[in-house]
Amino acid sequence: MAEATSGGRPRPLSPHVMHWRWHVTMAASILNRVSGGACYVGLFLVAGWALALASGEQAYETYMGLLGSLPGKVVLFGFTVATFFHLAAGVRHLVWDMGRGYEKSIASTTAWLAFVFAIVASVAVWVVAGVTGAL
Amino acid sequence: MSVHRTPLGRARGLGSAKDGVGRFIGERVSSVALVFLVIWAVGSALTLARGGYAGALLWLASPVNAALVILLAVAGFYHMRLGMAVIIEDYIGKPSTKALLLIGNAFLCWGALALTVVCLLKVALTGVGA
Repeated sequence: MAEATSGGRPRPLSPHVMHWRWHVTMAASILNRVSGGACYVGLFLVAGWALALASGEQAYETYMGLLGSLPGKVVLFGFTVATFFHLAAGVRHLVWDMGRGYEKSIASTTAWLAFVFAIVASVAVWVVAGVTGAL
Repeated sequence: MSVHRTPLGRARGLGSAKDGVGRFIGERVSSVALVFLVIWAVGSALTLARGGYAGALLWLASPVNAALVILLAVAGFYHMRLGMAVIIEDYIGKPSTKALLLIGNAFLCWGALALTVVCLLKVALTGVGA
């Protein structure tokens, strides 16, 4: 806001995204939006589950068969990763909203943690699914 | 107050939009709820994946499961409507296209939420599908 009130001095310009060297906080920020978009689609799969359940046994088995097919599993695994990443990135935002975690080193560390959490939690859930016979 | 205004904003006599704080807070409150609901939902999905149709009916017959999955739908569709609105407002410059997409986004999310809740209540209260 200092620039806005000083007058006369040229306003600083923000370089376009492609002129930046990639860093982890930037990737996390972009992927938070991308994963949010993926979850947008994913919740319609949950809505579809409720609709199939209310439509009777045949519709339900057909729907679960689609989700359980190989393409269905790939989509669901992607949904799992997107969900866990968006969850972790969302928690980072909630911490920022409390005024904490803005230091560059901390922001980078928590960005890495969000990526690691998304992968580890997703693999863990799918391993549990496999072990308990849910696949 | 004036320090928070740009010279252009002052020249045009614009104040705040008087709108938006509610959405900002709503997005965050729903995100807090979703942290818990999503973790519960992932665990529930594992149970549902191996239970078949009968298992799903039994699962939804539990008032706690029915209440939580309805809360998941409410918080989820509400949160994603707000999030998608921000994306549309960020990337779509043309006012008519923007308005159309924002309205479409709202209709899609509220419509899917209504359908989901009706389906869940139907099964939860009657214990059967079709």
